Amino acid sequence: MIRFHDVSKAYSPQRFAVLDLNLEIAHGQTVALVGGSGSGKSTTLKMINRLIEPTSGSIDVNGTNVLRRDPVALRRTIGYVFQGIGLFPHMTVGENVAVIPRLLGWSSARIDARNEELLRLVRLPPEDYLHRFPSELSGGQRQRVGFARALAASPQVLLMDEPFGALDPITRDELQQEFLNLRRTMDLTVVLVTHDMTEALLLADQVAVMHEGRILRMGTPGEMLRSPGHDYVAALLETPRRHLEALRRLTGRESVSHPGAGEKGETANERTVPVGNTA
Amino acid sequence: MNGLSLLGIRLDPVVLRRLGEQFERLPDFLGGHILLTLTALLFGLAATVPLTLLALRNGGLKGALLGGASIIQTIPSLALLALMVPLLGQIGFVPALIALSLYSLLPILRNTVTGLESTDPALLEAAEGVGMTPVQILLRVRLPLALPVIISGIRTATVWVVGTATLSTPVGAVSLGNYIFTGLQTQNPYAVLVGCVTAALLALLLDFLIRQMEIGVLGRSRRRTLMAALGVAVVASGALLPRLREAIRKSDAGDTGPTVVVGGKAFTEQYLLTEFLTRYLAREGFSPQKTAGMGSSLLFDALANGSVDVYVDYTGTIFANTMKRSDSPGRAEMFRQMSDFLRERHGIVTIGKLGFENTYALALPRARAEKLGIRTLEDLRRFAPGWVIGGDYEFFGRPEWTRLRNRYAFRFRNRVRMDAALMYDAVRRGQVDVISAFSTDGRIAAYDLVVLADERQAFPPYDAVLFLSAKGAEKAGLTEALRPLVGRFSDSTMRTANRIVDVDGGSVREAAAFLERTVLSGGTETPQSVSP
Repeated sequence: MIRFHDVSKAYSPQRFAVLDLNLEIAHGQTVALVGGSGSGKSTTLKMINRLIEPTSGSIDVNGTNVLRRDPVALRRTIGYVFQGIGLFPHMTVGENVAVIPRLLGWSSARIDARNEELLRLVRLPPEDYLHRFPSELSGGQRQRVGFARALAASPQVLLMDEPFGALDPITRDELQQEFLNLRRTMDLTVVLVTHDMTEALLLADQVAVMHEGRILRMGTPGEMLRSPGHDYVAALLETPRRHLEALRRLTGRESVSHPGAGEKGETANERTVPVGNTA
Repeated sequence: MNGLSLLGIRLDPVVLRRLGEQFERLPDFLGGHILLTLTALLFGLAATVPLTLLALRNGGLKGALLGGASIIQTIPSLALLALMVPLLGQIGFVPALIALSLYSLLPILRNTVTGLESTDPALLEAAEGVGMTPVQILLRVRLPLALPVIISGIRTATVWVVGTATLSTPVGAVSLGNYIFTGLQTQNPYAVLVGCVTAALLALLLDFLIRQMEIGVLGRSRRRTLMAALGVAVVASGALLPRLREAIRKSDAGDTGPTVVVGGKAFTEQYLLTEFLTRYLAREGFSPQKTAGMGSSLLFDALANGSVDVYVDYTGTIFANTMKRSDSPGRAEMFRQMSDFLRERHGIVTIGKLGFENTYALALPRARAEKLGIRTLEDLRRFAPGWVIGGDYEFFGRPEWTRLRNRYAFRFRNRVRMDAALMYDAVRRGQVDVISAFSTDGRIAAYDLVVLADERQAFPPYDAVLFLSAKGAEKAGLTEALRPLVGRFSDSTMRTANRIVDVDGGSVREAAAFLERTVLSGGTETPQSVSP
């Protein structure tokens, strides 16, 4: 469980990145922090593993205030999937995945076994990928390695900072689906930062919309869609809603049952438009 | 006609023999060069580690350190080398090593700091985010990522240091520069060629090996890295060549006597005397070490502090440069005062005059002198207003020139400064009318010039004198071994010896052999001559 209690972060006395934030994330939940640039969502995420230190307030992870823990030891227990992936270019896939186990001093036999397990989990056959360098992988493959690295030391908490931002739509969709599958099989509390409302609705149990350092609205995707409760939230929801409507109109007889198909529908949409024009 | 053909150039036997002579010295010079450059690079690398850590910790200090390294770089390398001698109070390997280490610092330090600081911020955050400590981030992320930049800095430094080390000859360190300095002074193109080509090849080889190491490290080819490291180790073991040679020499010669350092300045006559003294002392059962081609005042300081044991200097030079005297009390008195001064002030032992003088003298072609009836400087006065005088670069700035003009009231139409090596030819061809020659120069005889008598003693005596350091005087038998050389040389012997090198294109070794034959034959016999 992660609990923010009256957390503020100020870069200068006048300029707050995060202001009096209170947030509870139950064990095993995935929470998406959604908002524009400067909304404080990344700052909130990075305060959990103390890459950024709060100015005031406290953050508990599994009952312990992170500010009382050694930041280095803390980070080794928390998985982190970075914006822009952040693989070390001078290390092979295997070495990247094993970064934290190595820091924790695991035996090489244990590391090898874990590497193999993780690469199979993210569907990169170890016999092909273990010794490759990041420069030899596609964007999607790199982010798979990024996931494997974050999961290597079996963390209970996983932080994801715009994890799909750098990927093309098809790869993004594929990885999002895999993320959902992984989520079901693993006991993980996930905090996901994204600016993409569709992604948040798709992947999260709870969506928290942030604006100017505060949480404007928090709820399940269903609750959000039913009652945005705030103009800004409504505006953010407008995009996925419009996509959904457009798809309904275009496909006509075939109903689109859940917003999760939005991304796939978008690509189908692009394909069908020229056909419609010529017809 | 029986020559060897190389790249279409026919190498006749003379050329091959001359090159062969040069290669005999290769183990000493190349070994010294390798030892000097690799040690300097190691020192530079070792100094970079703490300096880099300081620079990374403190931005202000970084600017100061890099600025300091840049300033060192702007000092001309020869000046930096020469500067180390008074600072450290000694000559030879140590001052050269320190100067070169300082010189290697900038490229290594700059590339290391820049390389470490240019890590992608996203990767730094990733490293921090996975729970690396600052030291782990430095060693596991920043350092490996900066490695190509750091290695290219090391390569730059290597090439610089290998090149600059050739300038360490004047401070008395043995390097390939010995070939170049000796060769330039004695007009021996073979020596210059061997020195330059070897230094260039060494630089290219080391650069290549370090590059291979870099490729090996980056491409994770352990074999390539090991092979390259092995290559560097083989080059480094070249530093042992002089030791090896010494060991062989010792085992051949059996027991050897105490080590004696023989010094010499950087002109033909001095190269000959250095070579001669070295060979002579070896025959006398000592282990001589030669440091030829040194700067004049550096050499005197080295004698004074005992890092050189034996060398030949000239009374006029000591009188003016060391004793700061501008008067000329006459030949005998000058010698006496000089000996007393050196003994009292520095403990230097004046062994005695060798018997020849290398003074400034005005010279012109014999035919012209005879036609015009000029035998003395007095005779020259009449013609001077219509004549052009040529002199070496320093002559017209020296007190001798002032005194010459004052004593004889000379007024020449014009004076021309030129390279000492060119002025003899210039006066022979009539491009100038008279020159400031060195009285022992071989070209005086070769070009049939005549030296004009100096009746009013405008030129102070420049008697060649053999000196022994205070330390050297304590070495058993050394003073006694040197004493028989006193008075054994003559102006004409020295002129002929110089001529062998400067005019006939012979080697220093050949000229030294001539001196041995001439000086050591007849008269008082040399004690303990070569045993068969």
